[in-house]
Amino acid sequence: MRYIEEYRNKEIARKILEQIKCISQKEINLMEVCGTHTVAIFRNGIKEILPPHINLISGPGCPVCVTPLRYIDEIIALSREDNFIITTFGDMMKVPGSTSTLEREKARGAEVRIVYSTLDALKIASDNPSKKVVFMGVGFETTSPTIAWAILKAEEEKIKNFLVLSAAKIMPPAMKQILESEEVHIDGFICPGHVSAIIGSYPYNFIPSQYGIPCVISGFEPLDILQSIFRLVKQIEKKEAKVEIQYKRVVKPEGNRIALEKINKVFTLVDAEWRGIGKIPLSGLEIREEYASFNARKLNVPVEETREIEGCRCGEVLRGVITPPECRLFKNICTPENPQGACMVSSEGTCAAYYQYGRKR
Amino acid sequence: MCLAIPGKVKKISNDHTAEIEIGGIVKKANLDLIPQVAVGDYVLLHAGFAIEVIDQEEALEILRAWEGK
Ligand code: SF4
Repeated sequence: MRYIEEYRNKEIARKILEQIKCISQKEINLMEVCGTHTVAIFRNGIKEILPPHINLISGPGCPVCVTPLRYIDEIIALSREDNFIITTFGDMMKVPGSTSTLEREKARGAEVRIVYSTLDALKIASDNPSKKVVFMGVGFETTSPTIAWAILKAEEEKIKNFLVLSAAKIMPPAMKQILESEEVHIDGFICPGHVSAIIGSYPYNFIPSQYGIPCVISGFEPLDILQSIFRLVKQIEKKEAKVEIQYKRVVKPEGNRIALEKINKVFTLVDAEWRGIGKIPLSGLEIREEYASFNARKLNVPVEETREIEGCRCGEVLRGVITPPECRLFKNICTPENPQGACMVSSEGTCAAYYQYGRKR
Repeated sequence: MCLAIPGKVKKISNDHTAEIEIGGIVKKANLDLIPQVAVGDYVLLHAGFAIEVIDQEEALEILRAWEGK
């Protein structure tokens, strides 16, 4: 396939690896923020081919994994109301709330439908005017323009029974939080390519300027990731710190202006809870008052009290403090079939990636 | 969840949707986030929407830089 195969060229990969080895022998930690990168790194065995002094740490960039318990409890409460249809991306079905999951609610008779896009959710709303159709608005900047689009479209077409329960989040404040907490030492960030397709490169500028840490916005094929690591190693060695775009075929410094306009029109920044990390200032997207009639949170449905999951160390995994095998539940009680925490549910979760691809180093 | 896949724009309809070919399979996508797109362009598809056009020059550039080394 075009734009995929050529970025898997083994010969070029070998050249990049050689260069990486030439530049530096220094022990460094690079964090890949995005869950899609985590999966690509495991699937392509990148940890195994890198020299041992380059350590890759997975970050908090899986939207499913960072969705708080409280949010799952909220959507479960809505699913138990009469005449509601919950629409969601498939990965959210198994995410544990305090006492249940959407999958279990569905088995008990709740109407929960898996959709591929907000377009489908909107269609379900217009086909079922007597029901309230709630879309689970989970995702980072890549997905949030499509949620904003659906709300704007619902307004335009007067689809009044379409609602969104937003848990949409933005990435840069979480990176700031990780740096501020100083729990892990990070020498460079592999920045998320598709989030950056929307937001561009400017929102990361504070990372080199305030923290002196280099950033490279990376694509998702093996050569993309290796080149990004090469550039980070080069910056570190030269004691430079700037934001570079490796994924230039997709990412422009200014991002996608139209998508950003839609996000800003519909959403406002609020403090948001991240599972395992806690509250991060101005990291969440809530629906603006102008669009309150599309905000499912405004229905004020009573929600059960939040109960933390015992033994799950997702939080530390998401902050890069431990790797999944250090969690006592990993593999024996917690598996993708019977996930205890959100990091095992999503295929992009770090625990699921470790489970599926093992860990050689 | 931020997965996006490259595909080629085959046909554009009046309602801002396109037929996009991805490895032999044709999918429908909404074009409202990149209205400047044309038939023949490669785009990235995410959750039913084309989110960005792929710049063919830049795409080659990064490979060329390594081929000579
Ligand atoms: S292995 Fe399971 S229980 Fe342990 S941190 Fe990961 S998701 Fe939580």
